[in-house]
Amino acid sequence: MLGAIGVGSIEELFESIPAGVRLRRPIDLPAGRPEQEVYAELRRLAERNVSAEDEITFLGAGMYDHYVPAIVDMLMSRSEFLTPYTPYQPEISQGGLQVMFEYQTAISELTGLPVSNASVYDGPSAVGAAAYLAKLSNKRTRVLVSRAVHPDSRATLETLAAGYGTTVQEVGLDDAVTDLDALRGELGDDVSAVVVQQPNFLGAIEDVEALTGAAHEHGALVICAADPLTLGVLEAPGEQGVDVCVGEGQSLGNRLDFGGPSFGFFAATDAYLRSMPGRIAGETTDVDGRRGFVLTLQTREQHIRRERATSNICTSQALNALAGVVYLSWLGRRGIVEIAELMLQRTHYARETLAALDGVHKLHDRPVVREFALRLDAPVDRVLDRCANAGVNAGYALGRSYDEHPDGLLVAITEQRSREDIDRLATVLGEAVAAERAATEALA
Amino acid sequence: MSAPNGGTPLQNEHATTIFEKGAPGRRAFEAPELDVPHVDGLIPDGMRRAEPPRLPEATEPEIVRHYVNLSKRNFDLDSGFYPLGSCTMKHNPRLHERVAALPGHARLHPLQDPRRAQGALELMFNLQEALAEIAGLPHVSLQPSAGSHGELAGVLLTRAYHADRGEQRTKVLTPDSAHGTNPATVTMGGYEVVKVALDADGGVDLDDLRAKTDESVACLMLTNPSTLGIFDPNVEEMASIVHGVGATLYYDGANLNAIMGYSRPGDMGFDIVHFNLHKTFTQPHGGGGPGSGPIAVSERIEPYLPRPQVVRREPSNGGPPVFDLDHDRGGRDSKSIGKLRGFQGNYGVFVRTYAYIRSLGAEGLKDVSEVAVLNANYLLARLRERVGDRLPLAFGERCMHEFVVSGAPMKRELGVRTLDLAKRLLDHGMHPPTVYFPLVVDEALLVEPTETETRETLDAFVEAIAAILDEAAEDPEIARNAPYTTPVRRLDEAGAARKPRVREAL
Repeated sequence: MLGAIGVGSIEELFESIPAGVRLRRPIDLPAGRPEQEVYAELRRLAERNVSAEDEITFLGAGMYDHYVPAIVDMLMSRSEFLTPYTPYQPEISQGGLQVMFEYQTAISELTGLPVSNASVYDGPSAVGAAAYLAKLSNKRTRVLVSRAVHPDSRATLETLAAGYGTTVQEVGLDDAVTDLDALRGELGDDVSAVVVQQPNFLGAIEDVEALTGAAHEHGALVICAADPLTLGVLEAPGEQGVDVCVGEGQSLGNRLDFGGPSFGFFAATDAYLRSMPGRIAGETTDVDGRRGFVLTLQTREQHIRRERATSNICTSQALNALAGVVYLSWLGRRGIVEIAELMLQRTHYARETLAALDGVHKLHDRPVVREFALRLDAPVDRVLDRCANAGVNAGYALGRSYDEHPDGLLVAITEQRSREDIDRLATVLGEAVAAERAATEALA
Repeated sequence: MSAPNGGTPLQNEHATTIFEKGAPGRRAFEAPELDVPHVDGLIPDGMRRAEPPRLPEATEPEIVRHYVNLSKRNFDLDSGFYPLGSCTMKHNPRLHERVAALPGHARLHPLQDPRRAQGALELMFNLQEALAEIAGLPHVSLQPSAGSHGELAGVLLTRAYHADRGEQRTKVLTPDSAHGTNPATVTMGGYEVVKVALDADGGVDLDDLRAKTDESVACLMLTNPSTLGIFDPNVEEMASIVHGVGATLYYDGANLNAIMGYSRPGDMGFDIVHFNLHKTFTQPHGGGGPGSGPIAVSERIEPYLPRPQVVRREPSNGGPPVFDLDHDRGGRDSKSIGKLRGFQGNYGVFVRTYAYIRSLGAEGLKDVSEVAVLNANYLLARLRERVGDRLPLAFGERCMHEFVVSGAPMKRELGVRTLDLAKRLLDHGMHPPTVYFPLVVDEALLVEPTETETRETLDAFVEAIAAILDEAAEDPEIARNAPYTTPVRRLDEAGAARKPRVREAL
């Protein structure tokens, strides 16, 4: 091959790299290992993690331990879906493009909004992208975000908004839901968008319709971050006047994966079709009249529009969105209602059972669907430790992100947590709280 | 290879979506039993959904058959050559899929107590260290989800860096050959894009750079080797010009596959680098993601890195090190830009990357770049020998890991555009190179063969191109109407954009 090129050595091919910027030593990394040894190392690392396989977990707060059906693994691992690039050549990418089209249809159905893109990175970055869409649309530069929106979503929004020049202001809560009066007090004609979450981070169902009404009086967009599985029983955000519905897609057939990759979904009313971020698949025909699919409205996108693009996103989460639409097809029209109803009933049971324990109270009494907040009469971190030692992950310490709830515990329910699991949590949590209270009293 | 009457079996199969399959009442999912007392009225009136979403109603066999059949309408890297320039379509080792699926990785919750996620945090810490060494920059954040997300991190870091010094800068420089994500990112980061011209050799025009560099410039974003496949020999001078006005230098790592073991962005003077773990480090592209775009930065940028950071703590009792997530990064006085997404990043991609780096080691990574550059130059030499008059190299004599040829003479002499050549390649069972990019070359074809292709495959590509050009010399209409054998033929993209149908009508 060197002869065909006309050089004497491979090093000659690197001659254009000037001497001053050359690495004059080997890269300082260990030598390569054979496949079986690398497998063994990665397995050893995996064993040093306590996963949802190893404990009964009630940890949620944005990602949830749902069952991933076998057909998702099988389809995601097919070379034809796993290994291609973004479908730039539609004639040989009809499979992936049609998957995007079906995914968009499913997300549109779930959210009650007519247009969906083909995915963004995750839920929190979707919130940041939605506020950018709002800014491009109405040129206003203030966003109001409910304090009950996921802390990572609020943090991501602030980071991204600092770039595109939008000020982010928090709206407080009234007994665990967005304070409507406080929102009205902050709204003005300079407000670009209002961001809420359904159900909110504390598990409560928000009155999205009322919030939307208030925001629209001032011409602000409403961005709702929704949990897609709960939309089996909760009213579709699109029916409640929401302009942009985004969310974390992990609960739709994606693994926990210590936080990613999963996908973010992004849906909107027709008015925003041409200012959406990311890929959108559209239906068309070929020269012989066959039905086909292409990436469409590409003049929004960075590779065409460059500095005037509606977003910089290129690679997003196509394979994870495939998992999402396969999962939704597997659940089906009745299944999505059944799984959400099951979570609703078990969540109610768990909340009442745990709140009946000594030293355990409801943090709020608002309606909940899949997650709820408790208040403990004992240090939450120590209680969580005791539960973990008994093989139960009791949930998320709210004090990690809410200073006003140092004694708060957020408990998540999925279809994988049976009544038996919940009863086990009640036993372990009750014992842990009692033991910690006894320890505190002994000290006093 | 021309169209048989009536079309191929795949062409004769009318595309129907999963929403058109199945029948009312069919299902795959079976709900677990309701094992708690049923309570009515848990959701207030008006908040309960009246009509369920109209999801498909199909059995598992129907769903599997539907998606397997759809998969057959995709071309993929495991099936054939995929020399898509700037995308680094290299083989995806299957070991990576196996280790990423281990429950200890795949079912680990992102908010698990760090004491119970030591394996994951150790892996992330070690990956940060490895990427820092490869980049030649001391600090790494794994958080960004893709290349353009890493770019955005870089622009926001630049903004935070200047703001912290009390400076309001307004412009970011990008060369004409930049990826589209660069200027799009600059706008999202609140800066104005200023384009820098290229010189006759395809490098950055130093005079133009000097003329445009002043104290209103926040950053220069650069890909090196560039999207023309050329290592810019003036990179040290460029760094000196940009640093001279106090601006930062950003390295788009899309083309890192060309230089591992030979040169490091940090040693070239860059302050911020992003990696594309889905390009250089074999994360499968998944038809458009997931990816991951970690960044490495210099000391002066470190205070602004996103949080949380993975840290290693040495216990005072001399025990084994403990890994943790540092969410505070300076507490209330933190200069961190904050968060770019949820949790810690695309961990599943980190597992695959870590396995890749462990498999290859230092020597293996250098081999990657050597063979990538060797393959690209071999392919270039063979193409020039066979079709160089019709598809000349845009700049220079040789290339790094990719190269750009121009289809302008082909268009002029044969009446066949680059698009036509690309479409005809589909009938030869190959994915075409990137077309019409970079924008600075007329009728561009950007070719990146990668290190995992054999000489036989490269030769076959050259023969396919030569055959298409020979055919076009006889009858250009064949290429102009290609492809013929794919599941669908040329699609009406203009029509799709004019009257968008972006979901199934139910």
